[in-house]
Amino acid sequence: MKHSISAMLLGTALALGAAGGAVAQDKNIKIGVLTDNSGLYADLGGSGSTVAAQMAIEDSGLAAKGWKLDLISADHQNKPDIGSTIARQWIDVEKVDIFMDVLNSGVALAVNNVVKEKNSILIDTGAATSDLTNAQCSPNTIHWVYDTYMLANSTGQALVKAGGDTWYFLTADYAFGHALERDTAAVVVKSGGKVIGNVKHPLNTADFSSFLLQAQASKAKIIGMANAGGDTTNTIKQAAEFGIVSGGQKLAGLLLFITDVHSLGLKVAQGLNFTETFYWDMNDGTRAFSKRFSERMKNKAMPSMVQAGVYSGLLHYFKALEAMGGNPHDGAKVVAKMKEMPTDDPLFGKGTIREDGRKLHPAYLFEVKKPEESKGPWDYYKLIGTTAADQAFRPLSESVCPLVKK
Amino acid sequence: MQALYAQLLVGLINGSFYALLSLGLAVIFGMLNIINFAHGALYMMGAFVAYFLLSLGGINYWWALLIAPVIVGIFGMILERTMLQWLTGLDHLYGLLLTFGIALIVQGVFQNYFGSSGLPYAIPDQLKGGMNLGFMFLPIYRGWVVVFSLVVCLATWFLIEKTQLGAYLRAATENPTLVRAFGINVPRMITLTYGLGVGLAALAGVLSAPINQVRPLMGADLIIVVFAVVVIGGMGSIMGSIITGFALGVIEGLTKYFYPEASNTVVFVLMVLVLLVKPTGLTGRAA
Repeated sequence: MKHSISAMLLGTALALGAAGGAVAQDKNIKIGVLTDNSGLYADLGGSGSTVAAQMAIEDSGLAAKGWKLDLISADHQNKPDIGSTIARQWIDVEKVDIFMDVLNSGVALAVNNVVKEKNSILIDTGAATSDLTNAQCSPNTIHWVYDTYMLANSTGQALVKAGGDTWYFLTADYAFGHALERDTAAVVVKSGGKVIGNVKHPLNTADFSSFLLQAQASKAKIIGMANAGGDTTNTIKQAAEFGIVSGGQKLAGLLLFITDVHSLGLKVAQGLNFTETFYWDMNDGTRAFSKRFSERMKNKAMPSMVQAGVYSGLLHYFKALEAMGGNPHDGAKVVAKMKEMPTDDPLFGKGTIREDGRKLHPAYLFEVKKPEESKGPWDYYKLIGTTAADQAFRPLSESVCPLVKK
Repeated sequence: MQALYAQLLVGLINGSFYALLSLGLAVIFGMLNIINFAHGALYMMGAFVAYFLLSLGGINYWWALLIAPVIVGIFGMILERTMLQWLTGLDHLYGLLLTFGIALIVQGVFQNYFGSSGLPYAIPDQLKGGMNLGFMFLPIYRGWVVVFSLVVCLATWFLIEKTQLGAYLRAATENPTLVRAFGINVPRMITLTYGLGVGLAALAGVLSAPINQVRPLMGADLIIVVFAVVVIGGMGSIMGSIITGFALGVIEGLTKYFYPEASNTVVFVLMVLVLLVKPTGLTGRAA
C-alpha cells in the first residue's frame, strides 16, 4: 500500500475541515484502486488498473480546475477478509472517496457491504457476479463493465442457437463460478438446451485433467468453463491435450480476457467464442487510448475490459463531481448524480446507469482469430455479434433489487 | 469402472510431479537439514529457463530437459554458497525463513517482468497427439512424463543409496567431521547435493511447462502440497517420498472424481491423520 506524506496531510486537512464546518466547496478526492496485484488475476486488473486510473485523472483536467486528486492502490490477494479490512481502513483512515476495480466476486461482495455501510462509492469494473446489481444491489455501487448475466445471455444464447444444446459445466468453486454457472444454465434451458452435469473445481487449480475427463465422458456438446484467469487458460490448454475439441465437443469460455488469449497464444486459443464489452481495436477512440495505455505498461500489454472500465468509470465520476461543483464525500449523493447523467466516453461509447447500479452498454461476441488471420501483436479478435445495450443485461422486470421501483 | 481407470492414470501423472519435487526436498532435507521453501520458485525457474531457451535461443524441449536443470542447479549452488551454508547447525526455522524469503523475492521479480497469466510453451512435436486406451484417451506427453519421472526418481534413489558417492554423502550427514578426516571435501559435497535437489525441481518445471502455462506462481501453488507429501512420506526418506508422491497423486485423482470440492484438501487431511498416528511419517525413522 502506498502511503504518502501528502495523503496524511490531506487526511488531517479533511478532518480539520470537517471539524471546522468549512463552508467553501471541498474539492479533494481520493481514489483507491483495490485489486489483485500478485495473484492469478493480476494481468487483467492489477497494476494496469492503476495506470488506467492515473490516465483518467490526467485526462479529466480536474487538477487545472482547482481539484486535488490522490490515487492509492492495494492488493486484496483475492481474499474477501483482506479486501474488507483494507476497505474499512481506506475509508476510516485514508479517507478514500471511491473504490475502483475490485475484481474477484467474493471480495467485491464483501467490499460492497462496507462501502454501503460507510456511504462511500464502489465502481466495480472487475467482479463478475450479477448479484452486485440484483439481490445485493446498493445505492453506493455501480457495476460498470460486465456481469455473469450478460455473459451467459450473450455467449450462452449464441452457442445454443448454433446447435450446442447439451452442456456440461466446469465451475470455479466460489461466488463467481456459482453465479456464472447459475446464470448460464438458466439461459441454456430457456433457449431450449439441456444441462447434463457439472463439476466444481477449487479456485486456482493447476491440473484439470480429472475434471476434463469427466466432462469428456458426459458427451455434452458444449463444455462451459465457468471460471476465469489462470484456471481458464489451463483448462483450454489441457483440453487440447486430451483431444476434447478434436473429439467433437466445443469449449465455451464464459469469461475470457484479452490477457488470457495473449497468454495462451493464438495457436491454442483460435476459434474460441466469448463475450466482452471492450476490445482495443474497435474504433479510433479505443485504439488511441489503448496505444497510450500500452506504452505505459511494463510488458506493453493492451488494456483488458476491466482496466478500460476503470478509465471510463472514473471519467464519468469526475463529470458528476464537476456538475456538483464540489463536496464529493457523500457517496450515495454522488452515485445518484452519476445515475442521472448519461455516460459517454471513447471506450464504451454512449450509455446509461440504471437505478439498480447497472451500467448499460452493448456486449460484443468475439471469436479468436486463427494465427494466419492476425496481422500483428494483440490482433486477436473478430467481432461476430453485438447485443444492444438494452438487451444485454438482466431486464429490470426480473430484478429483485430493492432499489428498483415496481 | 472405465472412468475410474482413467482417474487412476491421471492421478499417476500428477503423482510424477509430486514425486520429483518431494524427492528433491527429501534429498536436500536429508543431506543438508534444510527445509527448502524455495523449491517451488526453483521449479518455476526451470519452466521459465525452458521457455527462454526456446523463444530466445531456439533450443528445443529435449535440450531444455538437460540445460535448464543445470542452469537452475548452478543458481541453487550459488544460493547455498552465499547464504544457506551459514545456517548449518542453526535451528530449522532459520533455513525455512531464509528459503521462504528467497522464494517470495524470485516470484516477485518474475511476476514483475512477466505478469501473472503466464507464457505459452508447446508440447514438442515428437510427443504430440495421444492414443486411445479403450478406457481413456491418453495424451502421449502425459505418458512420457510418468515414465521419465519414474526413471529419474529411481536413478536418484540408486545414486544416493547404492553408489560410493551416495555412501560418502550419507556418511557426511551422519558425521561431517569424521568424513572430513578421511580427506573428503564435505562443504563441496553439500553444495553439489543442494544443486542436485534444485536440479530435480527445475527438471519437474521443464516437464510441466507444456502442460501448464509457464507462470511465476506455478510453484507457489504446488509447493504446499508437496510439503504435505514429504511430511506424509517421512522427512528425508528417499524411497518414501517417491512412493508417497505417486500414491498421493492417485488419491487426489480419485477425490477429484468422487468429491471434487475436496480435491485440494484431501492431501492435508491425510497429513493430519498420518501425523496423529505416526508423527515421523509413513517411512520415516524416529529422530
